[in-house]
Amino acid sequence: MNVLGKVIALGVLGVMAACTNNDPSALGGAAGGNGSILPGSPSDPRSPAYFQQTVGDRVLFEVDQSTLTAQAQTILQGQADWLLANTDFVATIEGHADEQGTREYNLALGARRANAAREFLISRGVAGNRLTTVSYGKERPIEICSTEECYSKNRRAVTVLTGSTLG
Amino acid sequence: MMRFLTSLLLGLTILAAPVYAQSGPLRLELDQGIIEPLPFAVPNFVPDGPAATQYANDISRVVAADLTGTGLFREISSDAFISRVSSFDAPVQFADWKAINAEALVTGAVNVSGKRLTVRFRVWDVFSGQELGNGLQFAGTTDGWRRMAHKVADQVYSRVTGESGYFDSRVAFVSESGPKDQRLKRLAIMDYDGANVQYLTDSAAIVLAPRFSPSGDRLLYTSYETGQPRIYVLDVDRVKRTELKTQDGTMSFSPRFSPDGRSIVYSLIQGGNTDLWKMDLASGQSVRLTNTPAIETAPSYSPDGSQIVFESDRSGTPQLYIMPANGGEATRISFGAGRYGTPVWSPRGDLIAFTKQNKGRFHIGVMRTDGSEERLLTSSFLDEGPTWSPNGRVIMFTRESQGASGRATLYSVDISGRNLRPVRTPDGGSDPSWGPLQK
Repeated sequence: MNVLGKVIALGVLGVMAACTNNDPSALGGAAGGNGSILPGSPSDPRSPAYFQQTVGDRVLFEVDQSTLTAQAQTILQGQADWLLANTDFVATIEGHADEQGTREYNLALGARRANAAREFLISRGVAGNRLTTVSYGKERPIEICSTEECYSKNRRAVTVLTGSTLG
Repeated sequence: MMRFLTSLLLGLTILAAPVYAQSGPLRLELDQGIIEPLPFAVPNFVPDGPAATQYANDISRVVAADLTGTGLFREISSDAFISRVSSFDAPVQFADWKAINAEALVTGAVNVSGKRLTVRFRVWDVFSGQELGNGLQFAGTTDGWRRMAHKVADQVYSRVTGESGYFDSRVAFVSESGPKDQRLKRLAIMDYDGANVQYLTDSAAIVLAPRFSPSGDRLLYTSYETGQPRIYVLDVDRVKRTELKTQDGTMSFSPRFSPDGRSIVYSLIQGGNTDLWKMDLASGQSVRLTNTPAIETAPSYSPDGSQIVFESDRSGTPQLYIMPANGGEATRISFGAGRYGTPVWSPRGDLIAFTKQNKGRFHIGVMRTDGSEERLLTSSFLDEGPTWSPNGRVIMFTRESQGASGRATLYSVDISGRNLRPVRTPDGGSDPSWGPLQK
């Protein structure tokens, strides 16, 4: 792999938490809140938007790997803390692969990635019945170029908050 | 389309004609590395009246396109013709066809009576001046004219090569539209040459990898309509789909029928791990075939149903393995450089087609069932997912182009590696499954 690509990938990892994403399955402003902070806004620490943007809803993987990197573990620790503090939410972890590889293999690889993230969250105390997984393989890239710069962002596990009983 | 399939009365009659004890010397031996395509002529079939004129022309063109499309035949343009064929029963002027170097000649006649269409044809070995096989007659409905043309071409192909043809067959595939990050996928079915496309699902959910049943009446495929990838079986004629109940709360994909059509083998994901399972369709009971922490996927039966070839990364990278159809010890068969996937057993049983990824390129290749004699047939940014023609001579696959505007297209290639060509579809196309020759 190209070294520059790696550097960019790592840089992106840091930025990712602050960046808005266009994932159509992500919730935005569904949760209620209290006080002077606009409920559901990214500044509401109980909002899915906060989870997505500040905690960081996704972790990235090396080529053909489902092992969690140190950065990934840091982000997942933040996700675990958030989920433990906001017990009304459940989540689906979506595993994805880049386009290098066959459709079938990538589907299986995406499942491994989603499961790696789920197992980490469970190991940090999140109840397993709050966490489901799905693999999209290479079917849902968020970046569409055919270089490592895009591939590194597509090899991901995204924790999508799928529900809350909050009013 | 459906009406046609259910009401089609495809009569087949051998025409009373001079019968030769043996066919002529004209013969293309497909295993001997054909470089020079065989020149042939298809003068427009003779219409028995004005209602038949358009059909006669169209059928002749489809017959010629089928033969030319194999890369084994070369059509001689009608501009070069010396003889005109204005009567199906008139003697053939062999000297006129020899003079333009036509080695094979196909003559025919078309009759239309109401909705009923009849095609008669003969295949001639020009240099020996003899008929190759017997004259035949196909009868059906006018709606089915393309199928009759394909049947004529299949006869020509088999008489000249000694092998069965593949033109009267259909291909199921995934029709793709939209940009890479918002791709819409629909299940579709078409004639092998891209005609008569019919959509079988809408694009509300991702659909993947249709797989024909051995008789062509059903399709297995994977859909995300519940949010999870799950296997469905679709009745092709009725366009009616049923979810196969594998195990609750799990993802299943990569299904394929057994050769008797009574069971399927597929991948099931549990706890992030992908193994192979087999399901009896009548009882819905599944049994586990592999049990390893590795990825096991892309299973395909041998034609006799006794073995399964599949892909596993148990060695550290994806490679091809063969195991008994009921599970058990697997033997690795791929040992070349790179990563191997999506193995598919050929209908003849002698070869396994696969996808290979090596040094940033993708290839479609074939190898013997013991892994020997590996040959790569294609090379591109991304080729994958081979499927065999019914006669095991041609492979269709998905080719995806590079970059932000990347698009998936169906391609076919001869197992010799020659005659690489795109298969035209209205939108992008991927995951082809080539069905059997139709009855």
